[in-house]
This record gives sequence, C-alpha cells and structure tokens, in this order.
Amino acid sequence: MSETAKSLAFHGAVVALLVALHFALPAYHHGNLARIMVLAVYAMGFNVLFGYSGLLSLGHAMFFAAGMYGLGLPMQHLGLAAAPALLCGVLAALALGAAVGFLALRTTGVAFMIVTLMFSQAVFLTILYFGEYTRGDEGFVIAQASRAIAGVDLSDSANRYFAALAIFAVGLAVTLRLIHTPFGRVLIAIRENEERTRMLGYDVFAHKLGAVVASAALSGLSGAAYALLFGYAGATFASVQYSIFPLLWVLLGGAGTIIGPFIGTVFMFYLIDISSGLTSAYMLIAGAVLVALTLFARQGLVGELRRRVMPWLP
Amino acid sequence: MPRSRKSPILATRRTVLKSVAAGAGLAAMPGFVRYAQAQSSAPIKIGFQVHRTGIGAAYGRWYDRTTTAAVKLINDAGGINGRPVEIIAEDDGTDPKRGAEVVEKFASQHNCDVGYGTLFSHVVMGSAPRAGEIKLPYFVVSEGHHVASGALNRYTLQPGITDVKSQVKSMAPFVMGNLGKKVTMIFPDYAFGHDHRDFFSAAVEANGGQVIEKIAIPPTETSFTKYFPKIPRETEVIYHVMVGPAVLTFVKEMGEFYGPNKPQIFGFIDSLEAVDLNSPGLEFLDGTYFWEGMPRYTQADQNDYDKHYRAAVGVDDNGASVSDPKDVSTFAHMFGCWETLYVIKAGMEAAGYQGPQDRAKLIEAIEAMTDMPHSNEHPQGAKKFNGRTHQVFGPQYISKVEGGKLVVQHTTAIEDGFYPDETDYTTQSF
Repeated sequence: MSETAKSLAFHGAVVALLVALHFALPAYHHGNLARIMVLAVYAMGFNVLFGYSGLLSLGHAMFFAAGMYGLGLPMQHLGLAAAPALLCGVLAALALGAAVGFLALRTTGVAFMIVTLMFSQAVFLTILYFGEYTRGDEGFVIAQASRAIAGVDLSDSANRYFAALAIFAVGLAVTLRLIHTPFGRVLIAIRENEERTRMLGYDVFAHKLGAVVASAALSGLSGAAYALLFGYAGATFASVQYSIFPLLWVLLGGAGTIIGPFIGTVFMFYLIDISSGLTSAYMLIAGAVLVALTLFARQGLVGELRRRVMPWLP
Repeated sequence: MPRSRKSPILATRRTVLKSVAAGAGLAAMPGFVRYAQAQSSAPIKIGFQVHRTGIGAAYGRWYDRTTTAAVKLINDAGGINGRPVEIIAEDDGTDPKRGAEVVEKFASQHNCDVGYGTLFSHVVMGSAPRAGEIKLPYFVVSEGHHVASGALNRYTLQPGITDVKSQVKSMAPFVMGNLGKKVTMIFPDYAFGHDHRDFFSAAVEANGGQVIEKIAIPPTETSFTKYFPKIPRETEVIYHVMVGPAVLTFVKEMGEFYGPNKPQIFGFIDSLEAVDLNSPGLEFLDGTYFWEGMPRYTQADQNDYDKHYRAAVGVDDNGASVSDPKDVSTFAHMFGCWETLYVIKAGMEAAGYQGPQDRAKLIEAIEAMTDMPHSNEHPQGAKKFNGRTHQVFGPQYISKVEGGKLVVQHTTAIEDGFYPDETDYTTQSF
C-alpha cells in the first residue's frame, strides 16, 4: 500500500468513525463533538499557516470573527438566507486575509506575530465600535427559524452533527489536497528554508500570501459555521484568547499534521471539561498538562505518533 | 425471512441508544430497584451556571454564596414538592462559548431539571439559544434587557431581577427633579454602556431634560484625564456607568479634575460592586448619588426581610462578608439569585413538577405569575412579573454617599419601570 493510499484510508476511516459515533455517543458528547469538529476546522486553518508555512499568527480570531459576522450580520439585518450567508462569511474572511496578509507579510518572525495581534485587536475594537449593528460584546442571537439550509433545520442535533461533519470533512480534504499540490510543497519548503526557496526562484511572498488567504478562509468557514449551528455571534470570539486557542490546539495535536488540529481540539476540550468538574483551579491542571506535553511530546500527540509508529502520516 | 417494509434498514441513533440503554438497564437490575424507589425523593437538580473565573469572578463568588444560602433554607423547609434541591455548579469562565457548553452539560450530562444563575449578558446571549433548543428552562439573573427585548426564547426567563431599561426609566424622574436637567453621560463603549446611553437618553427627554454630551470610553482605556475636558461647562449632572478594574482610576481622576466644585454626579453601583466605598481615592464620591438594586448598607428603617436575608447569606451591615469585612459583596445584584430560586420553587409547586417531562408546565406556571409580595422570598421588595415578556419589575433604590456609606434617598414604585411589551413569548410553541 502506497503512503498516499494509507493516508487516504486513514483519514477516510476517521470520517467513517465520526459517522459511526453519531449513532453511539450519548447526547452530551454528541453535542460536544459537533462543536469540536467545527472548531477543528479553525485549528486546521491555523495549521495551514503555522504548521505548513512556518508563520505564527497571534491574531487568527479576526478571521474566525470575520466568518462569524460575515454570516451573522447579513442574516440579522438583511434577512439573507443561511446558505448565501455562509458563503458571505467565508468571503469576508478571505478578503480580510488578503488585506491583512498583504500588509503583515512585509514583516517576519516576532514582528509578524505582533502585527497580526494588532490587526486582530483592531477588528475586535471595530466590532465594539459598530455596536449599533453588532451589539458589541453582548452579541446577538441568530433566530432559530432562519438557521436552515435547503429545508434542513440546523438547530436539530442530528442535522447539526452532520453539518459539522460535512464542514470538517471539507476542511480535512482541502488541507490534505493542499499539501500535496505544488503550491503546498512550496509552502513546506518555505517553512524549512525560506532563503533557499527564494534562491530556487519561487515567489515566496505570493506563496505566503496564498497561505494566509487559505488559512483565513478555513478559519472564516469555521466561524460562520459556528454562528450558524449554535445560533450566536459575539465579540468575545474576536478577543485575544480566541487567537491563542488554535495555537494551543495545533501545538497539542501536532503542528504540520493533517489530523493533529482535530486531536488537539478534542484533547483540550475534554481536558477543560473534565478538570473543571474536579476543581475550580482547572486552568492550573490544563497548564500543567500543557507543560508536560511540551516537555515530553514536543511534536504534539499526532506528531509523536508519526515519529514512533506511523511515519507515513501527512 | 423477508424484511418488514416498515422496519428501517438503518437503525437510527435513537434506537441504537435505546437498545444500549435497555441492555445496560437489564444488567443493572438491583440498581434499577433503587432508582424506582428514588423517584419520589430524588433531588431536584438546578444547574448553576456560575462565573467562577474570567471577568465576572467577583460577582460569581457572591452569586454562589447567595445560592448556597437560599438552597439551604429551601431544603431546611422541606425542599420543593417534598424533594431536596441539589445545586450542580459549573464554571462558564464568563465566556459565551463555554456558557453554551455548560447549558448542554446541565441538560444531558447532569440531567438537571433547570439551568440558572447567569449574570453577564454575552454569556446569556451565547447560552440561551442552546437552552431553547434542548428545551431546558433557563433562569438568568443578568439585569440585561435581552430577555424582555424578545431576542431569546420561551425557555429563557428573568424572574428575579429587573432589567436595565426599567431601572433607568424609573430613576430618570428623580435625577431630573432633584439633580438637574442638563446631563452628560460617561459610559463604556460596549453593549452595556450603549443600553444605558439609549434608554437613559430617551427617559431624560421624556422627563423634560436634555443629554448634552455622550462620552463613550473604549473598554481598553486605563486613564481618563483626556475625556474630562469634553464635559460641557453647563453640565448639571454627570451620569456614569463605568465598570471594571479601571473604575477606581476613573473616580480618582474625575476628583482631580473637578476638585471640590463638582456638578451633581449620579452613577450606577455596578461601577463599585464588590469595591469598598472607603477605598483610597473614592472620597470624591461623598455627596454623589447611586442607583442600587438593593441597599448595600443597612438602613435606619431596616425591615425583617432584609435582616433575614443578610443573616442567611452572611453579610454584615456594611454589605461585606461577616467573616471578612474587606470582602465586599455584590449586594445590588445577588438578591436576584435568591429571589429566582424562590420563583423556581413556587413555579414547580404550582405546576406539580415531577421531572423533565413537566418543563413546559413549569414555564406556563411561571408565566401565570403576577404579584410577588415583599417577603423573605423577595427581600429586595415586592415584584410584578410579566409572563408575556418573561421579565420581572420591581422597585429601585437611589442612595447618596454620606460619610462613606450609601443612604437611601428615594425608592421608586414598581410601575415607574413599566414600558410597553416588546415581545410575547407565550405565543411561541414549546
């Protein structure tokens, strides 16, 4: 079996397992998994930039929020239907990604981190500034009746689960395909040695810009889907902590692995969920586990798996 | 054997779960007997969505204490419908995403009968849609206008604390009549501040006054000196609703700007909840006025309900913890937890509530409520509940800072806070 076939079989099996879990999971975990799959797409978007292109953004919440408000505002104020609004959300994030990428990619390293952080903060404050439309920090509820595509009610738990799974599968397929295209291979080359890639004649800036746009679009898809499936858009999702979350998820799961962001999101979700049931100092437990993982599994959970058992894992 | 045409080829998730549950049930027969016996005495589980961490932590701590005190009294008096009440507390980190997850956890993990206790508006907004979808009665203690505005759903109610729109509306006549008619508003530039800006401006105009300047302060601001010169000279009253850790700096800098010749100042106690009025820098507030949801300091004419409530929660005459005078309570809001729990109790008793199958009956029973007399169950004052908008209305207190204490000057009537209904949740189906 070739490595590509193994990889396709593995990721197909993950999707099949998620389909099977729909029938087996109790209601609480069923709901959690729907949410996790949507957020994992956000982590995948982040991973395109961080894991495969070597660019660390500290402002990805702006793309998630662009998707969320790109969907929510036209639904709320213009009465746009859910399907075109979803597209609107992705396009909003894509456009923001192009604009921010064009400016922020003039910097590298720490400066890139700071510039993206600043842009994200500007987006956060913009949402608050236009409180008349966005309801600022309080946010707004997206009416249950409008949350349907082609007559399928997305507030129903089974429909929501499969919608989340569909979006997750799209994210998985896009990232899997992306890293095997010549474009994706150049991104990996940039991550490994930017100067050498430039010397070989590749347009590094254009490739990095492409990575920012792809990353932003995936993050926006996740933000838009979150608002659509869970019925709420609020400025909290544009705040700094929501820029840090995907970084944690990706680091935990394994940067530069396709399935790592999903595993990291699952792990972090249940780490908080379980430890918060044990003590009010659950962030301390989460912090200790993160430190331990950083010390003993530097490449993240899937990264370690790839190093030890499954070297063919993309 | 030919397959019956009616039997589905693929088992649905529900049927698979049912078979698994049935198998598990058979395997645990002795436990089943115990469960059957427990039906009538099993506790009523109230999921308490508490802000233990995040920006709402100070409020959460006191909401927790008030809840514990009220539940102890309810249980000592025989519980609800003869069943004890159990509080299942989950921290939502004052975050709307986690809030929604916690609501789901209450319903499907802890099998709670109802969810309750959320304060911060953004957490309410993030959680309420999920409560409506999973049909969990969700009682918020938030003072936001979100419930009465019609933005939420039939499963979300606010029966224990008044909303900001009615608070502001009922106080405007006092401000106009006693402090001055030309008002400058200083408010944080986010939804909470905008609600004050919009509702108070309308109320001021309705009472023949004028808001001559509206100064919005970005939430990231840590110094305010540059904003004070924007206050027009002819200002008779400054209305402020600053919230958060920067409020001490705000008051101190306002004091430095004005010195002894200040205009009348009217603020929302939200600014200084859980803050000692005798903190250094707050001397400037002497002689200024505050809205209070419930008077923090014991008043000369203290009634027995207030006395009973303070003793049960463990709050002294200065509104601080009896065990630590420096631990100042969020007295103007936390009564909402107490009163909401008693409304849940009254609602469950009126509905003959037995279990989750009676959730719709519980909501209908509470929607049918109207008058709630001033009592040990409602120590803040008498209330009127509007079943159509799911919002309660009650008195408001206007207090003046005198010698480092808040002394009540005026108590508004319940009717002062009425406004036309903006929604009718009873028309929504369950």
